Amino acid sequence: MVGDDTHNLTIEVHNLTKVYVGGRPPAPGLRQKAVPDGEEPHTGRPAAAARGIYDLTFSVQKGEILGFLGPNGAGKTTTMRILTGYMPPTSGTARVAGFDIFEQPAEAKRRIGYLPEIPPLYPEMTVKAQLSFVADLKGVPRASRKAAIARVVEATNLGPVYNRLVKNLSRGYKQRVGLAQALLGDPEVLILDEPTVGLDPKQIIEIRQLIRSLGGKHTVILSSHILPEVSMVCERVAIINHGRLVGMDTPEGLARKLSHSQQLLVAIKGPQAQVEAQIASLPGMASWRPAEGEGAAQGATGAAGAGSRPAQTGPVLRYHLEAQPDVDLREPLFFQMARAGYPILEMRQVSLSLEDVFLQLTTEENTEPGDGQEGPKEGAQHV
Amino acid sequence: MSNVAVIFRREVSGYFVTPVAYVVFAVFLVLSGYFFTMSLFATQTADMSITFGNMSVTLLFVAPVLTMKMLAEEGRQGTMELLLTSPASLTSIVVGKYLAAVFTFLVLLLVTALYPISLFWVSKPDLGPILSGYLGILLLGAACLAVGMFASSLTESQVVAGMLGFGLLLLFWVLGWASGNVTGVAGEVLGALSLLNRLDGFTRGIINGADVLYYLSFAFAFVFLTVRVVDARRWS
Repeated sequence: MVGDDTHNLTIEVHNLTKVYVGGRPPAPGLRQKAVPDGEEPHTGRPAAAARGIYDLTFSVQKGEILGFLGPNGAGKTTTMRILTGYMPPTSGTARVAGFDIFEQPAEAKRRIGYLPEIPPLYPEMTVKAQLSFVADLKGVPRASRKAAIARVVEATNLGPVYNRLVKNLSRGYKQRVGLAQALLGDPEVLILDEPTVGLDPKQIIEIRQLIRSLGGKHTVILSSHILPEVSMVCERVAIINHGRLVGMDTPEGLARKLSHSQQLLVAIKGPQAQVEAQIASLPGMASWRPAEGEGAAQGATGAAGAGSRPAQTGPVLRYHLEAQPDVDLREPLFFQMARAGYPILEMRQVSLSLEDVFLQLTTEENTEPGDGQEGPKEGAQHV
Repeated sequence: MSNVAVIFRREVSGYFVTPVAYVVFAVFLVLSGYFFTMSLFATQTADMSITFGNMSVTLLFVAPVLTMKMLAEEGRQGTMELLLTSPASLTSIVVGKYLAAVFTFLVLLLVTALYPISLFWVSKPDLGPILSGYLGILLLGAACLAVGMFASSLTESQVVAGMLGFGLLLLFWVLGWASGNVTGVAGEVLGALSLLNRLDGFTRGIINGADVLYYLSFAFAFVFLTVRVVDARRWS
């Protein structure tokens, strides 16, 4: 391994800031967003709102897959362009694979495979010519070039279009050529900007599997605004909004961290009135409501479902409980119900789905924590 | 393979897998062939100097057309991102592209070698001025191509790049005319900057070191400016 062997971090970013000149879209030639020629990018915000990134600090471990999540214009592409050496930051430092991207750009770039938002392809070239050009550009030795190209062609399933002109390829194939050329030269670090955009569902699954298989051997950063994709593929998620890092954790951890108050889904056997009276008297309870079909419909509660089958007195009641902030309801609930003689057949914590985390992080970061109005919806994630 | 060579190869193949090179060649050859034939009929001498003069005028639009795509299109189709995030340095990218344009122009000049060959067939022309004239045209072409590439670095639109390149070249072209009307140092400076004035010596068989240096430094200056422009845009 080249570079710093002393620690396990492949990418280190400190206080990275990028302010575009005048806060305007950058000069033509360096478009911030992919917009068709002659169109102004629509950010949905006033033009005066400065784009860029502010004071980003994070690191990525070797072999980790990190997802950048954020709405359009949040700064994902800017961050990736800085990490790949395409543009310099206004301030801050970034080290990739042990090399400072500004001090030793050639060394760092040699270890990065980059797939920009629009795959950078020459329309008049064949896939074959495009890939061998990129192989040369990345300094893949001539002797191993053929094998290297064959490997990425196989990984991205480009065989059928290998001899066709890039301009005649579908969006999905172009995306895959872009991914193939990012993989050329077996780079330590892969930076993929919206890698599944424009692919059909089957291709998306294939590409996700490919990316997941790359983790471990390669360090991967990918950006996406598709939440299930990020939670499916990535080991950690960095949420970026208005150029700032607003959260970074595992998908599960992020969801947990965000549910300010504990959410429980319980199934209790007993007469309804008494059970509800017991629940209502529980200290630390913020709100509760019957949860018809919730959880049971998930099909993941097989054990509990089986347990409820033996005939006993009373129906099985399901409730969704929300605790007051920083209160753990599980023990008091257990003892209270045990004392009252109403068995708890099922109890689980509900975590926010990443979608909710995302919405919450990127829309209402500044709301008071735990002002228990509108409880977050249950997601499919079990804690 | 060095990065300059990698870029050079792709760029040259870019010229020849698209119609660009063929159209430019065809137009240039038709025009210069016509000039050559007409000057031959008019002067009845086995001499290329008039043809070189005419070729140099054709260069005014051939150079911008050959180079207008060079960087503008890379920006527009996003491939600049591929080049700038590759291990290749910005200088090697620009130099590789520039050399490809010069090479393509050299190929074009080689095709026009048919004219002097036909002269040798029917007569005994003086070889010296023909060779020096070709050297002059090549150097002038190299200078013009550098200007065209510089124009291409300023925009993402090929049309804008072509127009800018043509305008800049024409300006440097006509600077020499002003030197006759403007007196004193200003006139001399303008005359010294003119692209056209320098060619005369070459077509008369005189290879002047100052003229060679002028064209080379002119080309170098604009290649350097191109590198600076592309680099500056990364900082915007």
